[in-house]
Amino acid sequence: MQLTEKHQEYWRKNLVYTAILLLVWFIVTFVEAWYARELNSITFFGFPFGFYMSAQGSLAIYVAIIGIYAILMRKLDLEYNVDEGDLE
Amino acid sequence: MSSQVFSHKTFNQSLKKYYSFYTGGFIAFVLALAVAEQIGMSRQWIGYWFLFATIGLYAGIGIMARTAEVAEYYVAGRRVPAFFNGMATGADWMSAASFIGMAGTLFLGGFDGLAWVMGWTGGYCLVALFLAPYLRKFGQFTIPDFLAERYGGNIVRTIGIISAITCSFVYVVAQIYGVGLITSRFTGLEFGVGVFVGLSGILVCSMLGGMKAVTWTQVAQYIILIIAYMTPVVWLGIKHTGIPVPQLAYGYTLQKVGDLEKKITADPKEQEVRKIFADRAAAGRAALAAPDKAYAEGKAMVEKNLADAKAANAPADKIAATEKAVAAYPKDVNAAKPMWTRETGLAARAAPPRPHAQAFAGKDEAAQNTARLNFIGIVFCMMFGTAALPHILMRYYTTPSVQQARVSVFWSLFFIFLLYFTAPCLAVLAKYDMYSNLVGSSFASLPAWAAAWAKVDPGLLNITDINKDGIVQWAEVVIGGDLIVLATPEIAGLPYVVSGLVAAGGLAAALSTADGLLLTIANALSHDLYYKMIDPHATTTKRVTISKVLLVVVAIIAAYVTSLKPGDILFLVGAAFSLAASAFFPPLVLGVFWKRANKWGAIVGMAVGLGVCAYYMYSRYPFFGVNMPLWFGLSPVSAGMFGLPAGLITIFVVSLLTSPPSREVQELVEHVRYPHLRGDTMVSEAR
Repeated sequence: MQLTEKHQEYWRKNLVYTAILLLVWFIVTFVEAWYARELNSITFFGFPFGFYMSAQGSLAIYVAIIGIYAILMRKLDLEYNVDEGDLE
Repeated sequence: MSSQVFSHKTFNQSLKKYYSFYTGGFIAFVLALAVAEQIGMSRQWIGYWFLFATIGLYAGIGIMARTAEVAEYYVAGRRVPAFFNGMATGADWMSAASFIGMAGTLFLGGFDGLAWVMGWTGGYCLVALFLAPYLRKFGQFTIPDFLAERYGGNIVRTIGIISAITCSFVYVVAQIYGVGLITSRFTGLEFGVGVFVGLSGILVCSMLGGMKAVTWTQVAQYIILIIAYMTPVVWLGIKHTGIPVPQLAYGYTLQKVGDLEKKITADPKEQEVRKIFADRAAAGRAALAAPDKAYAEGKAMVEKNLADAKAANAPADKIAATEKAVAAYPKDVNAAKPMWTRETGLAARAAPPRPHAQAFAGKDEAAQNTARLNFIGIVFCMMFGTAALPHILMRYYTTPSVQQARVSVFWSLFFIFLLYFTAPCLAVLAKYDMYSNLVGSSFASLPAWAAAWAKVDPGLLNITDINKDGIVQWAEVVIGGDLIVLATPEIAGLPYVVSGLVAAGGLAAALSTADGLLLTIANALSHDLYYKMIDPHATTTKRVTISKVLLVVVAIIAAYVTSLKPGDILFLVGAAFSLAASAFFPPLVLGVFWKRANKWGAIVGMAVGLGVCAYYMYSRYPFFGVNMPLWFGLSPVSAGMFGLPAGLITIFVVSLLTSPPSREVQELVEHVRYPHLRGDTMVSEAR
C-alpha cells in the first residue's frame, strides 16, 4: 500500500529515538570502557567508578534504554494511529 | 476484538496464579528437604531428590504442553505474555557458563572479566532497537524465514540454515557438557550417565510440545535458577556487608579487598612463597636450556637424598619417600622435559595478586592498551552475537503483538540483569572471605569448606604448604573458577541443602539453554530445509512429526560429540557469538532499515562476514596450528570485530552495484516497520 506523509514521519521519529538511545548505549559501553582506567580514580559509593559502571551502572542503563524505547514507541504508535488495538 | 482482549487478560492472570503456586511449592520443597537434612537424610539423597524432582517437574510441564499444531509447536501459539516471555528468554539465555562459570571468571580476572558481563547484557539493546519488534511483525517461524522472505531465494535461506545450525550446535555441546558435569558431581553418577539423564530431561520437555513446552518449562527453570543463585549470595552478603542486598553495598567490601591485596603483596611470608615459585620457574628454564646437564644433576640429587637418608638412619617413612622420588624420576632427558615445562609455568604464581578493580592488566602502557582493545573486542562480539543468535531472536516471535515484543525485551534483560549484576558482587564477597578467613589460617585447621573441597576436587581447589610454615599463604592457593559458585553455600556456612539447590539451579540453566538450541536446530532442518525447500506440500502433521524426530537425532549427535569432550569450551562459545554476529547481524538489520539492500548484497555479505571471521579464527587460534600474527593484538575469540564490519560494508557495496529489490520486497519492509497499518492487505504472519 501507499504510505502517507504521516507514516513517513512516524518512521523518521522512530529513527530519531533509535539513534538517540543507541548513542547512550554507545557512550555507556564503549566510551566508558575506553576510559575505564581514568574513571576508576573517581570513587562512587565505595566503588571505583569504572568498575561500578561495567559491573552494574551500564547494565542498569541498558535495562532503562529498552524500557524507555517501549514506552516512547507505544506513545508514537497511538499518536500516528499505527497501534495494534488493545491487545493486552 | 473484545473477546480476544478478555482471553489474553485471563490467560495472563491464570499464568501468574499458576507460577505463584509453583514458586511457593518449590520453596516448600526446599524447606522440606532442609528439615529432612536436619533429621539425617544423606547428602547423596538430597542430590537425587533435587535431580529427579526437578527433571520430573520439567517433564511434567512438557507432557502437559504437548501439541501437534504447527503454530503451537513452532511459536507457542503466539500468545506468550511479555513478562513470561522475558523469563523464558532469561532461562534460554543464561547457560551453564553464566550460572557456574561467570562469577569464577570475575573472581580470577577482576575487572577484565566484566567484558563478558557487559557484552551479554548490552546486546539486548540491539535486540530491542533493531530486531525484536520487526521480527514479531513479520511473524514467521524461524530466522532463515525472515532472510529468505526479505532477500528472496533459497541461496540466502541455505546460508541462513548453515549459520544457524553451526552456531547453535557449537553452543549446545557446551550445555550438554554442563549437564553431565553437574549431574555427575552432585549425585555421584558417572559423567556419561549424567549426560544421558540430563538429555532425557531435555527431550521430554521439548520433543512433545516444541516451543510451547519449552517456553513454559523455561519459565519454571528461570524461577529455580534465580532462587538458587540469590540464596547463598544474600546470605554471604549479610555476613560481610550487613544488608540483604549486597549488590548495592559491596563497594566497601571491594575497598577492603584492595587493602588486603596490598597486605598480601607486602607480606614477607607471601614474598617467600612467591620467591620459591620464581626460583623453580628459573630452574625449569635453565634445565630446558641445558637438558643433559640438568638431568644428570637432578638424578644425582634424588639418589644422594636416598643415600643420606639411609646413612642417617632416618625413619622408615622418610626413606620410603626418598625411594619413591628415585623411582619416579624420569627415565631419560626427553621424559623430563614436560616436567621442566610445567615448572617454568610456575612463573605465573610468582606474581603478587592483581588489584581486583584495576582495569586492563599489562606491564606497560602498550600492553595495557592491548588488554583494553581485547576487552572492547569481547564486549563488541558478545553484544552483536547476542543480537544475532537465532534461539534468542526466535523467542520474540511468540508474543501476542509488536508492542508486547518490545516490552518483552525489557523483561528479558531485567531478568538477566538480576543474575549478571549479582555475579561481580559474589566474586568480590568470595574473594574477601578467602583473603580474610583462608589466608593466614593454619593447615591443621583449614576452614571446613576449604578442607572438604581440596580433598574432593584438587582441580578446583589446591592448597599446598610450599614454604612449610604450616600457615596458608595466598600464593599457595590455586582456585578453579567453577569453585566460586559451587562452594559459596559452604563458604557462607549454609546447610548442604543449599548446595543441592545451587546444583538444581545450574542444571536448570544448562537444560533450558540446551532446549532452546536443540529446538532451533531441529526447526531449521524441519521447517526451513524440509518444508520450505524439499517438500512444500507436506501436511502439518508430517511437518511436526519430522521436527520431533529430528530433535531426537540432533540431541543424540550432540550428546555423542559432547562425550568426546572437545577442547576449550569457552573458546567454542565465544566463537559461536563471533560467527553469529558476522553472518546474521548485518543482513537482519539492513533488511529492516535499508530498503535498498538486495539479494546479492545479502548473499555476498553473509559469505564475506562469515569467511573473514572464520579465516581469522582459523589462522590465529592455536588449536589449528597456523598461528599467524594477530591483527592489533586482538585475540581470535573477537574475530567478529573484523567479520561484522566486513559483512556490513560488503552488503552496502554489492547492493548498490546490483539492481534494487522488487516493489513487493520494498512493501514487505514497509509492512514490518509499522505495528499495524490500517488498510494494509499484506499478511506476513504464519498461522
